[in-house]
Amino acid sequence: MADTFKLIKKISRLAEGKRKLRFMEVCGTHTVAIFRSGIRQILPENIELVSGPGCPVCVTNDDYIDKAIAYARRKNFIVATFGDMLKVPGSRTSLAAVQAEGAKIQIIYSPLDCIRLAQDNPHKKIIFLAVGFETTAPTAAATVLAAKAQGVKNLFMLSAQKLVPPALKFLLGDEQVKVDGFLLPGHVAVVIGAKAFKFLAEDFRIPSAIGGFEADEILTALASLLEQIDGGKVEVANDYRSVVKAEGNLAAQKILAQVYEVADVEWRGMGKISASGLRMRKEFSEFDIEQVEPVIIERVEKKTACRCGEVLRGVVKPTDCPLFGKVCQPLHAIGPCMVSVEGVCAAWFKYGGNNFTW
Amino acid sequence: MCLAFPAKVLEIEGDLATVERSGVKRKASLMLLPEARVGDYVLIHAGFAMQVVDEREVQIRDALVAEMNGLPRTVENLSGVS
Repeated sequence: MADTFKLIKKISRLAEGKRKLRFMEVCGTHTVAIFRSGIRQILPENIELVSGPGCPVCVTNDDYIDKAIAYARRKNFIVATFGDMLKVPGSRTSLAAVQAEGAKIQIIYSPLDCIRLAQDNPHKKIIFLAVGFETTAPTAAATVLAAKAQGVKNLFMLSAQKLVPPALKFLLGDEQVKVDGFLLPGHVAVVIGAKAFKFLAEDFRIPSAIGGFEADEILTALASLLEQIDGGKVEVANDYRSVVKAEGNLAAQKILAQVYEVADVEWRGMGKISASGLRMRKEFSEFDIEQVEPVIIERVEKKTACRCGEVLRGVVKPTDCPLFGKVCQPLHAIGPCMVSVEGVCAAWFKYGGNNFTW
Repeated sequence: MCLAFPAKVLEIEGDLATVERSGVKRKASLMLLPEARVGDYVLIHAGFAMQVVDEREVQIRDALVAEMNGLPRTVENLSGVS
């Protein structure tokens, strides 16, 4: 394990005399780890860290939340979800609010817990909110396969999983987004492999580094980005070798592809991006609640000054939003970036943005 | 969302393993990591093992966490750590 001070010195040496550089992390867990460890405060002034669309809860659009709420309100339905979806505002209300009104919502740790929930409640329909990136998506796919094998007929997915590489491509094509390198999400890479990010170097000539989640691991990845810029050699550096392989987790990829296929999906703040998400294959439509019992929701255009969409693309900082820290706070969040503990705004609010001084 | 932690595989029964981390035991599915064996350290995400982790990495991390919690620094004593 590299010595933290050596790493910081290396970063300072490499950054010296360079123009202002912006590195984007695309993982909510990185966002939080960077703030919590104080990395922002020790980086040279010309290195700016900006957060991208790395929080799955934050990039989920209102329509999806509205659908989940509509199901939760129906009799004989139980919505099972990871806890961070609960407070996310839809167009009118949130799952937490309808839960308080009596809707059945169960927080779970693993999608597999849904199987037990379905077996314990044979007369109810259990819906799992399958939200997440490539790390989490295979766990939903595996749960569907397990449910099928065990003959569970009352478990369904409401799917809105998203894929990281197409979002990066989209950002690189957006003139407003200015990035000199990507800190790539370590646990997404565990599944899809370092190879899946090769296009960054080959097609876009942009430096990238896969990083772990400890402070030293993040610093190592940042040093890799600077080394690439310094040496003029662009690559996908794998700085999370203890778990990330070039080809990723093939068993997980296979299970994912068995149940899900790639589709065009909507991202909050970025709109529809082609081939950037997953939908269930026809063979598994009996587990897809939108096939089995579709719900029609009224599409509401929210009038709000919330700049979540721009924050998610790293175009503006949370503090550039007129609502930030005023009406929009973690306990009374207007936008999803403030709701999720891994949201960019929540992290800025909690850790005081970049204003920390000794 | 993509949080994960390393844990040691104690027992395997079908595609379900009992894993242990800092004295806490729980079940984790091996559906996504069929090659995991008893004694391996694996990365757990949302109740599934995702990848085998280098045991030394886990030891280093444990030593650093213990140090942060006030115990003496031991990370240099681990074999092969510079």
